[in-house]
Amino acid sequence: MPHDHHPHRPDDDHALTYAQQMEIAVRELLIAKGVTTAAEITAQIAAMDARSPANGAAVVARAWTDRDFRAALLEDAAEASRAMGFDLGPLRLIAVENTAEVHNVIVCTLCSCYPRNLLGLPPDWYKSRAYRSRTVKEPRKVLSEFGLHLPEDVQVRVHDSTADMRYIVIPQRPAGTDGWSAKDLAALVTRDSMIGTAQAKAPPVL
Amino acid sequence: MAMPAVTDRTYLRVRADMPPGHVRTPAYLRGKTGWVERDLGVFPNPEDLAYRHKGRMIPLLRVRFAMKDVWGSAAERPDDTIDAEIYAHWLEPAEAPHAP
Repeated sequence: MPHDHHPHRPDDDHALTYAQQMEIAVRELLIAKGVTTAAEITAQIAAMDARSPANGAAVVARAWTDRDFRAALLEDAAEASRAMGFDLGPLRLIAVENTAEVHNVIVCTLCSCYPRNLLGLPPDWYKSRAYRSRTVKEPRKVLSEFGLHLPEDVQVRVHDSTADMRYIVIPQRPAGTDGWSAKDLAALVTRDSMIGTAQAKAPPVL
Repeated sequence: MAMPAVTDRTYLRVRADMPPGHVRTPAYLRGKTGWVERDLGVFPNPEDLAYRHKGRMIPLLRVRFAMKDVWGSAAERPDDTIDAEIYAHWLEPAEAPHAP
C-alpha cells in the first residue's frame, strides 16, 4: 500500500505529563539504588505482553471437554487455571458459565479491572467510559452493538468487577463440535467471548 | 452456582452514603437492595490501603441486584441482574424490595 493513502498517526511530540515524569524518576531511582534492573523491568513487560487470550481459550476448551475440570473451574477458577500451568500471580478469578438460559458479561465500572494475568491486556473499548457506564444500565443494547442479539428468554447477568475478584466467562460450546479436541475447540474461543460481548465462534462450514 | 430460591435469599442494602476519598462501592448501587450471591472471605479494606494504612480485614460479599431494583422503571429488562463485590461495612440488613 502506498504511504500516502492511510492516515498518519501524529508524532508523540508533547511535553511529558506529570505521571510520565514520575514514572521515569521512580524507575531511574529504583535502578540507581539497586532495587531492580532495567533488564528485569524489560523482562516483566515482555512477560505481561506474552499473556494472551489464548491462555483463557485453553482453559475454556478444557472446561468444555473435561467434566471434572469444569467443576474445579467453577469452584475456583484461579486454582484450576494454575493447575493447568498458567502463572497467574496473585489473581483471584471467578468463572461464570453461559447456558441456554443465562448470558454473562463482565465490566468494571470503577476503572478497568480485567484478568490480565490470564488473558493479557484488555481491549481499549473495555476501558472506555461508554462501555463501563452503559453495560450496567443497558447491557442488551450494548451487546447488540457488538452484534450479539440475545433471545428474549435469556437472562443477562452483568458482573461488575468492583473489588478483589476478576472474571472470565465460559461461553457456550458451539453446536457441531462433538468429538472435537480441546486444542481445536480453543481456536473457537475468542477474547470477546470470555468477556461476554460475543459468543464463541461457530465451527467453519465444511 | 444455582440461584437460591427467592424465599431463601439474604437481602442487604448498600449504604446510601457518599463519603469523600477512595471507595470501591459504585455510586449507582448505593441505597440499592440485593441479595447475597456468595461470600468471598475477608480482604483488606481498600479505603485504608489507598492511604497506605494497613487494611482492616473486612468480609467481601458478591451481591446480586435485579435491574428493576437498581434502575426502577428505567430498567432495560427488570429481571436481568448485576453482581458486584461489596465490602461488609457498606451493607446493612434489608427486606426483600418486592414481594416474592
